[in-house]
Amino acid sequence: MKHTIRAGDVAHGGSASARIKMELIQAGVDATTARRAGIVAFEGEMNLIVYSDNGGTISVAVKPHAVVIDVVDTGPGIEDIDLAMTPGYSTAPDWATDLGFGAGMGLINMQKHSDRFEIHSQIGTGTAIQCWIERKGDWAMKRQEAS
Amino acid sequence: MKLSELAKMINGSILVGRDQPDLVIDRAFAADLLSDVLALTEEQTTLVTGMINPQVMRVAEILNVTAVIFVRGKVPPQALIEYATKLDIPLVATKKTMFEACGLMYANGVRPCRSRSVCEMSDC
Repeated sequence: MKHTIRAGDVAHGGSASARIKMELIQAGVDATTARRAGIVAFEGEMNLIVYSDNGGTISVAVKPHAVVIDVVDTGPGIEDIDLAMTPGYSTAPDWATDLGFGAGMGLINMQKHSDRFEIHSQIGTGTAIQCWIERKGDWAMKRQEAS
Repeated sequence: MKLSELAKMINGSILVGRDQPDLVIDRAFAADLLSDVLALTEEQTTLVTGMINPQVMRVAEILNVTAVIFVRGKVPPQALIEYATKLDIPLVATKKTMFEACGLMYANGVRPCRSRSVCEMSDC
């Protein structure tokens, strides 16, 4: 599943993530994993809308033991990733904060709802984030079925 | 507390969910910052907010929110009401402030959702 997100497209902000969550449920992913993936996708989607130069993509892959979400853009890139990962630090414009975003929790939310989180960014090239969300609910169900 | 009792207590109007008067509201989280809602809200929580943009319902949908209460006299646009109807997520609108609505809810047994502090989300 690949979703293209346009920069500044506030009107549709969050709609791709809501679709992603629904698609994961339809694909048989358990509700808890789908919820966590939805949160990760939502934060990634709003980051693309608020911060990216040209928008970007959210790709979702359903693997046997995890959902993998890739959020990729082509710029501007993050100068200091550690600073961007500091709670409350934000460079969001006023229009984003007026909507309730830009609280400086986006990347942290993505990391905390992932079991593996990788971020690579270069000024002028862009940012790529990969999040692995383990399908723990599915494992629990399978264990229950087996017992 | 039931949805119908909650609406009456905060002098609110049920915009969506009149067919679910007995829906149990026992946990809530209140914020306007949707990033905080995404960070701290647990499953099956009622959201109290003054934001009426479309993103509120998308956040509610992703988080499996039980109901949304709009405070400070904010009335959501028709498109948002229709979206909530489609999702079957009850909406209540009240003129009370967030502080007042939360105070009344707490005094009548609604408790905070099991939330993590921002510090638990990071290394501070």
